[in-house]
Amino acid sequence: MRDDNRELFLTVIDRHGLKLDPLSIETLQVNVGKLCNQACQHCHVDASPYRTEEMDRRTVDQCLKILRDNSAIENLDITGGAPELNPNFDYFVTEARRIGKHVMVRHNLTVTFDGHPKTKESKEYLPEFFARNRVEVISSLPYYQEYFTDKQRGKGAFRKSIEGLKRLNAQGYGREDGSLVLNLVYNPVGAFLPAAQASLEADFKRRLHQQFGIVFNRLYTITNMPIHRFKKQLEHLGTYEEYMTKLVNAFNPAAAEGIMCRSLLSVGYDGKLYDCDFNQMVEMPIRNGDPMTVFNFDFDKLISRRIFFASHCFGCTAGAGSSCGGTTT
Amino acid sequence: MNYYESKDLGRFAEVGKFAGDLMKKFFDYYNEATGKDGALTKREKALIALAVAHVKQCPYCIDAYTTQCLETGSNPEEMTEAAHVAAAMEAGMTLVHVVQMHNGLDRQGG
Repeated sequence: MRDDNRELFLTVIDRHGLKLDPLSIETLQVNVGKLCNQACQHCHVDASPYRTEEMDRRTVDQCLKILRDNSAIENLDITGGAPELNPNFDYFVTEARRIGKHVMVRHNLTVTFDGHPKTKESKEYLPEFFARNRVEVISSLPYYQEYFTDKQRGKGAFRKSIEGLKRLNAQGYGREDGSLVLNLVYNPVGAFLPAAQASLEADFKRRLHQQFGIVFNRLYTITNMPIHRFKKQLEHLGTYEEYMTKLVNAFNPAAAEGIMCRSLLSVGYDGKLYDCDFNQMVEMPIRNGDPMTVFNFDFDKLISRRIFFASHCFGCTAGAGSSCGGTTT
Repeated sequence: MNYYESKDLGRFAEVGKFAGDLMKKFFDYYNEATGKDGALTKREKALIALAVAHVKQCPYCIDAYTTQCLETGSNPEEMTEAAHVAAAMEAGMTLVHVVQMHNGLDRQGG
């Protein structure tokens, strides 16, 4: 892959005296497939109702074995696509919970109502299923208003998302006591950086509660990664270079220190291991000669690996930083 | 070639090629006044700047402060209302001069 800014990223971290090696593997983030009921404008996975990639039961079982064998890995973060569309999803969640792991699900809210795009299977059981398994739900909501949300996620997405949030609230999600955690994810609808996480969270809380009576716990702001669908959109608008310049100019060494690849491992639907979900989508697997997978998982080798960096890493180090858990500073 | 090229905004600092110390003073003042939370938040300052950009019809500033408003958390309704405040002020400043016209009419015995 041609990557004009990879060398620049390495130069910049070197100039700041940063040594960005792994610190731990606290989270196994597993992408169980690219099938989704939506086809969002910004999606770095290029997920859609037409994708067929899907993690099989054998690979799910191997992920569970890794979780069982490695007590240092405390969290399972299940993503996709819409991960609930994988036929092994319910099994994966219940088994991971049974062995005492904290389970997070990247839930798009609309799948509850849209169901499975191919089999038409209903997914309306999800809010109750999440609550029963005490899953931490992390849901993308691009904005607290319809305009930006539908622009990014398709017409009608906002209304369905609001209904999805109400169903989660009805199960007890999002209350201040934090017993059932509901976190939202904001990402900009265009080629700009996210607003400050704390002030945007306050806006989201006020507006969603005033208008719809909705409560949630935290808002994570995430920077759009200049890869795949979002990159194509930038190139179409002729703003790719401008966006990359913005990310490079906003490099923040403090944000770089906290990048998620230092404490997370990403697993592809076929079991290959990556430093993060973005490296996964641009096919940059972790290698020990051959690509490493869940089937030759070696904690000691992985904790002492060198992280692969590329142009898109400037997305995680810009401004206040960006990760699957929001800002990194 | 247009008179306004959007990329030229990125060359703003080149204005300091001559009389550089004056531009440095300007940029220090500009960044202090617009780029930090003070009695007003950066978000409020960006909305004011966006309104001024519309009054002065500066394409560089409209581009820059549209982005700045989004990056400080404003939404399209708030940004459009800021432009309406600017437009209403301009209309008001035009219309208040009708009083001058009436004074003239009075002097003409109208």
